[in-house]
Amino acid sequence: MIPAREPVPGRMKLEIRGLHMTFRAENEVRVLEDIDLEIREGEFVCVLGPSGCGKSTLLNIVAGFLAPTAGTVKIDGEEVSGPDPRRIFVFQERGVFPWLTVEGNIGFGLGRLPRRERERRIAHYVALVGLQGFEKAYPQELSGGMKQRVEVARALAVNPDVLFLDEPFGALDSITRLVMRGELLRIWRAEQKTILFVTHDIEESVQLADRVVVMTARPARIRRIVDIDLPHPRDLSSRRYLELRDGIFEEIGLAHRI
Amino acid sequence: MLLSEEFGASSSTRRRETSRALCAKLTRALNEKISRSADASGAPMAQRLLPFAGVAALLVTWDLAIRLSHTPLLPGPVAVGRAIAELAQKGFLIKHVVASLFRVTWGYLLAVAVGVPFGILLAWYRRGGLALAPLVEIARPISALAWIPLAILWFGVGDLSAVFIIFIASVLPLSVAAMSAVGGVSSVHWNAGRNFGLSASEIARRVLLPAILPRLLVGLRLSLGIAWLVVVAAEMIAVNSGLGFLIIDARNAGNRYDLVVAGMVLIGTIGLALDAAMRSIERLPALRWGYASAAGRAA
Repeated sequence: MIPAREPVPGRMKLEIRGLHMTFRAENEVRVLEDIDLEIREGEFVCVLGPSGCGKSTLLNIVAGFLAPTAGTVKIDGEEVSGPDPRRIFVFQERGVFPWLTVEGNIGFGLGRLPRRERERRIAHYVALVGLQGFEKAYPQELSGGMKQRVEVARALAVNPDVLFLDEPFGALDSITRLVMRGELLRIWRAEQKTILFVTHDIEESVQLADRVVVMTARPARIRRIVDIDLPHPRDLSSRRYLELRDGIFEEIGLAHRI
Repeated sequence: MLLSEEFGASSSTRRRETSRALCAKLTRALNEKISRSADASGAPMAQRLLPFAGVAALLVTWDLAIRLSHTPLLPGPVAVGRAIAELAQKGFLIKHVVASLFRVTWGYLLAVAVGVPFGILLAWYRRGGLALAPLVEIARPISALAWIPLAILWFGVGDLSAVFIIFIASVLPLSVAAMSAVGGVSSVHWNAGRNFGLSASEIARRVLLPAILPRLLVGLRLSLGIAWLVVVAAEMIAVNSGLGFLIIDARNAGNRYDLVVAGMVLIGTIGLALDAAMRSIERLPALRWGYASAAGRAA
């Protein structure tokens, strides 16, 4: 099993250098251009951009599912060459295995542990995401928010040091989404993971992140990186919050009016 | 450090946890109730009797039609019932049914053993799939019965020929079913499997197999139907036992059309039983997701 490594806050964790991505279909589609980004250990970074801008592609490259056209991704100084259980990708709730129960899903990455230890960890993460009583339930019996929790728990159970989240709450209703954001922040502070979170939701990014990486439309470049200097829990009606949020709205060229 | 301890320290958190657990219990109870009422066993009695009523209505209409028309062209249900009883009494019933089931079992199991891995490999290695897919598509429309002369040439008149015909008839539909089942596996599930550090064989066992099983079972069920369909034709030509042989022999030896129709009824009934057995597998909880409503899958 992966040894639990003591995280060192502030140490460089993830380094993206000169990243380019071009898809060769019938005509070339330039998706990512010249991305440079550094993420420190324990940081919560949101990548914010319009739908289809290529931010998911960026996340897939960083997670090792796709090879970039040019540039490098290093994690802990080591070049990423493929997916790795130290860094887990959380899909929307579609990633839950429908043929396994809640327990089976959460224990999916724990096959190499002795049974007793595996059961202990499953119970711990079932409790952490508040799914007690649903251990034997199959995903089709669960709501979207509950499935999303199963996926987060499955990721956390293998004790990764980085979590990649690709619009994880996009398919949830607005109330569940708010609850899940709170839960994610609680888990992030408790488990001290480095989180790279992709979203198209400006409010979501300002509520969650230490830094928001604002992307341009395709081909995606980094337009600006906004430091969110607000302590948690964040007051969503504070002047500073609104200032930061409206600043990003303006940055993207949207008047905050309908 | 245990996280639960850390969380347990705050009483407000603990309250939230218990209320959440309560909520979870309620939802679960509700879910169980919903799924129980939707279950077939919970359907009203009248609804469960409808299929039997249909069969009874058919028998009565059949009987009346034969009695009123005095036709010699078709035996009535009573005569067919008597013929089945006669077969049972003389021990022919068991003999023919067992002979047919024996051939179908072997032909079909061979086809599963060859066709399913073949289809999975075709889907797994895309180049191999592209090279061999046309061959499969050319071979598929050729009726298994067209192979009868070759079967007799290769295996002689006997069980082996019949088993071969059944194998040929079901192996291609099975490969195609396995191939399309693999194609239907969500890329998200592949990636999740890779992300958790599984080896290729672990991904095959823990992701691929459970993911394709629901669709594969549909293919298994349909091709078992095909196998049962061709056993009759294979037995009419190549052997001297089995339900197919019973039908052709009853006609040749004295125009016993009551025995012919008895053979037909037996084939239908056994086919129904085989299908029902396969369907019962589909209700396993680890497979049920694959047959959920489209709305449930989209969510």
